[in-house]
Amino acid sequence: MAGTPKAKERTPGAALSRAAVLPEIALSLVVVFGFTTLVLILAGAPPLASYGQIIKGSLGSWSKITHVIKVWIPLTLAASGLLYTFRIGLWNIGVEGQVMMGAILATAVLRMGAGAGNGQLYLSAALLAGMAGGAVWAILAGYLKTRGGVHEIFAGLGLNFVAQGLVLWLIFGPWKQPGIASMSGTETLAESLWMPYLQGLRISPAALGMTLTAIVLTAYMLGSTRFGLYLKAIGSNERAAFLFGLRPQAVMILAMVCAGGFAGLAGGFQVTGVYHRLIPAISSGYGYLALLVVMLANFNVWVTPLVAFFFACLNVGGIQLPMVLQLDSSLSGVIQGTLVIATLAVHALRTRMKKRGTA
Amino acid sequence: MQGLDLTILLAGVVAGAAPILLATLGETVTEKAGIINLSLDGTIILSAMAGFVTAVVTGSIVAGFLAAAVVGGAVAAVVAVLGIHLGLSQVAVGFVLTLMTRDLAYFLGSPYARMEGPLAGPVPLPFLSDIPFVGPVLFSHSLPVYFSMVMIGLCWWYLYRTPAGLKLRCVGENPDGAYARGVDPDRVQLIHAVAGGMMVGIAGAAFSLCVKPGWGQPQGCEGSGWIALALVIFGGWHPVKAAAGAYLFAFLQVMSIYLQSWYPGVPAQVFQVAPFPLMIFILVLISLAQRESVLRLAADHPALKSVVRALSGSAPAALGRQKKGE
Repeated sequence: MAGTPKAKERTPGAALSRAAVLPEIALSLVVVFGFTTLVLILAGAPPLASYGQIIKGSLGSWSKITHVIKVWIPLTLAASGLLYTFRIGLWNIGVEGQVMMGAILATAVLRMGAGAGNGQLYLSAALLAGMAGGAVWAILAGYLKTRGGVHEIFAGLGLNFVAQGLVLWLIFGPWKQPGIASMSGTETLAESLWMPYLQGLRISPAALGMTLTAIVLTAYMLGSTRFGLYLKAIGSNERAAFLFGLRPQAVMILAMVCAGGFAGLAGGFQVTGVYHRLIPAISSGYGYLALLVVMLANFNVWVTPLVAFFFACLNVGGIQLPMVLQLDSSLSGVIQGTLVIATLAVHALRTRMKKRGTA
Repeated sequence: MQGLDLTILLAGVVAGAAPILLATLGETVTEKAGIINLSLDGTIILSAMAGFVTAVVTGSIVAGFLAAAVVGGAVAAVVAVLGIHLGLSQVAVGFVLTLMTRDLAYFLGSPYARMEGPLAGPVPLPFLSDIPFVGPVLFSHSLPVYFSMVMIGLCWWYLYRTPAGLKLRCVGENPDGAYARGVDPDRVQLIHAVAGGMMVGIAGAAFSLCVKPGWGQPQGCEGSGWIALALVIFGGWHPVKAAAGAYLFAFLQVMSIYLQSWYPGVPAQVFQVAPFPLMIFILVLISLAQRESVLRLAADHPALKSVVRALSGSAPAALGRQKKGE
């Protein structure tokens, strides 16, 4: 199957100056607003009020902003991991399942620590287990690709469904709440096993710190290490990299481990810092959304957290829609998807026109 | 314990396979022309919604199927135009559209969730349906199911027995060569991407108006688009083999309902998830069947040889790639 992102596709903006990006963004936003407004009118909803609710619901108060940051943390972590796999030319769609496996293993460790007094120890172990869970799930997809000859899109996607089945089975089977199993998830963990919050704000400083570290680490790994160079070399031309003496398949597995580890950590935070239990929608679609984030950020490490923040705003603001306007919250997904498509299209259009102008 | 009636079982397979079969055939035609439409899963959900809502509002099932076909064609047109004319990665556009169209379906369809809607009922064919065994299995279905069966032959005939089909395959294998012979690859790809997309759209309506009637979140057709994409590979990009795969898949699905009642101890999630590891396993087998070491081994073992031959089939050489020069 062809169509993995090649290096050339990933940096089509190299010829364009930084200033040229602004009109592109403006044009994309116009397209998105036009389309979304059309959708809203089609649904019989007031467009301006809907946009207003999304903005008010995401940035309207400090508590809303902390909620946005709570979404931003797993989204940015998963997106950071995807930067490694995209750099080597892999479509790690399995990231969604990797988040879930991280959450499952983190929950497993915390359930062992239910009666113990040493909460900090178990929390650290849970996060490590989460990273391992995500990494193992990613390695599985990686081996299916390198050894089994299954395209990583199908391998990852299949494993996502398996992970989702595993989450549901645990919630309704072995880990069901005493009395009756329910969609609300497993039993809530003891408070000694929650990630400590900042005073007054429901954000864990440790999670925030680790996410910021992950961004810097990723920038360093991709930009200043031999490993980052290998990823790029193999992503640009696998055959040439092989002839040069690199082992593309081994490096691919390593890239998958990085992506899976970050995704697993995101899953671990979902359990330890947000829900304090395993719920059916523990990954909340953040893995899939992270793929869109990285694409919209044009695979740039520093733009990724910004786009993730914007998408987190849309997600959190969208929650307001069913409550106030009786609309489905999936509107945010429509806006996010349209934005990525519009941006890709506008960018390609301008690059084409420029080429025609110089030729 | 539920008994097994072969007639009912097979009739269920033929009916249940219809949507996935249509989607698989549509994608086979699209990919034969060299375009990958990865948005199948979302397209099916969106067209299932569009078909159901249109049928509820107009009261006409035909209008529902038409609306679904238009929606499927439109999504495919976006993939094709952005891929062909702007040179964007078809996989990237298709993947984003998968997510976007699903959310669009849930957003626009939410007022119609769990609503009573029209249903394409069975239309037993005169005389044919009276044939013992064959009649109830093949000729006592609804119109969309007959349509899916007819399309197998029609797709095969179009691809392999018409001049247009020859041009289409030529474009999928070598767009530059086709261009040199006076065929416009862009136009051929766009037309067949849209045609394939329309079949995927009809597949969506076949879910919401026939096989899994109704609309909701989830509708119940989620994930089937990915299965259809895998079945295209399983079928080796041949419509008849792909159809065999779709029927095999539907057979396993129907069997899982029986198995669930026979083994109530096995968690329900196992049966819901089972298609996906199976999909990966079959893709591994297909890849293995193309390895040189396996081919050498197969040369000495007649049984293995036929298995390998059944699993072999190669993708159109220029899949996902456009013509280079002007």
